[in-house]
Amino acid sequence: MHEMGIAMQIIEIAVASIPADLKNAQVKRVNLKVGKLAAVVPESLHFCFQIAAQDTPLCDADLNIEQIPVKIRCENCNIEWVVHEPVFICRRCNGGSVKMLSGRELDITSIEVVDKDA
Amino acid sequence: MLAFMYKNQRYFHHKDLQKTHHSHSGGGGSMGGKNTDTREIKIVRRVLDVNDTIAHQNRKLFREKGVFVINVMSSPGSGKTAILVKTLSHITPKIRCAVIVGDICTSNDADRLAGFGAPVVQVNTDAFGGDCHLAAHVIKTAADNFNLDEIDLLIIENLGNLVCPAEFDVGENLRIVVLSVTEGEDKPLKYPLMFRVCDAALLNKIDLLPYLDYDREAAVQNILQVNPQMPIFEISAKTEEGLDSWIEWLKQKLHGRK
Repeated sequence: MHEMGIAMQIIEIAVASIPADLKNAQVKRVNLKVGKLAAVVPESLHFCFQIAAQDTPLCDADLNIEQIPVKIRCENCNIEWVVHEPVFICRRCNGGSVKMLSGRELDITSIEVVDKDA
Repeated sequence: MLAFMYKNQRYFHHKDLQKTHHSHSGGGGSMGGKNTDTREIKIVRRVLDVNDTIAHQNRKLFREKGVFVINVMSSPGSGKTAILVKTLSHITPKIRCAVIVGDICTSNDADRLAGFGAPVVQVNTDAFGGDCHLAAHVIKTAADNFNLDEIDLLIIENLGNLVCPAEFDVGENLRIVVLSVTEGEDKPLKYPLMFRVCDAALLNKIDLLPYLDYDREAAVQNILQVNPQMPIFEISAKTEEGLDSWIEWLKQKLHGRK
């Protein structure tokens, strides 16, 4: 539900990251990592991004979302595994002392840029 | 298109740029004399890092002022305001409280929370584009309305929504999720992030259990699957059943921190 705000943040970060030596930069692709537990719906984000990117150097950019699985570790057994259902209980010792290692990402990892004037 | 990786984010060495041009001409892929090589620029930044930065500043300010902050979240209609009204009536004026309450529209909740000697600020997010959550900058602005030196406990009543508020740190000490027995038992499994990030759960409206086909045990088990160490308080804001244990726990957390 807050995908428009996230799309606008992505555009702000991407624009600020364009190297100064590019005179007429066009961002072709934004690479994102989104954890499966992050409160973001990729389809919604794509839709909002298209609208928010108009009249910016990202107007033709693709949003490339890499979904990151939810990986957890039991603090007692030290085993790690990927969870597909929202069950955060150790499958070996049945303990509840588990730590999330991944799955909450909402990160920009890179942008791919061309200089139309180069 | 040739993609080049640059490790140092925004800094490009002259040598690398020369290499780019050399590779391009060598590849023979020139398009009308324009250099259309693609550069990949590494960034590695949290999209919400602006919010996280302000949340961190809020947390620092609240700690300096000795203010303990709880962020209460739930779906609409689960009874957040009713619980807070009853909680305030038991802990004020001994514990000096303030409340920030968020809604898209109306000041109805603020009106209900007034009258306990605790200052209440209503945030209507329609001014922020009808936001579905309270973000850190909104809390920062709202907190300017209080004299933080005279507050022990700041209660934030977030917007009714089990999705978005879970993603936004506002600088709180504790996150509380309210689930009522008129909602589905499987809510924790449908909205795992919310139940994962919270420090305690209140199962509200238990006075209605005799009239419902609600499997209370299943609801508790579902919460514990997502967050096995979560304290769960079964309460009725209406009859005040179970309210004592919640308030005792809150007081312990408040005093334990100081």
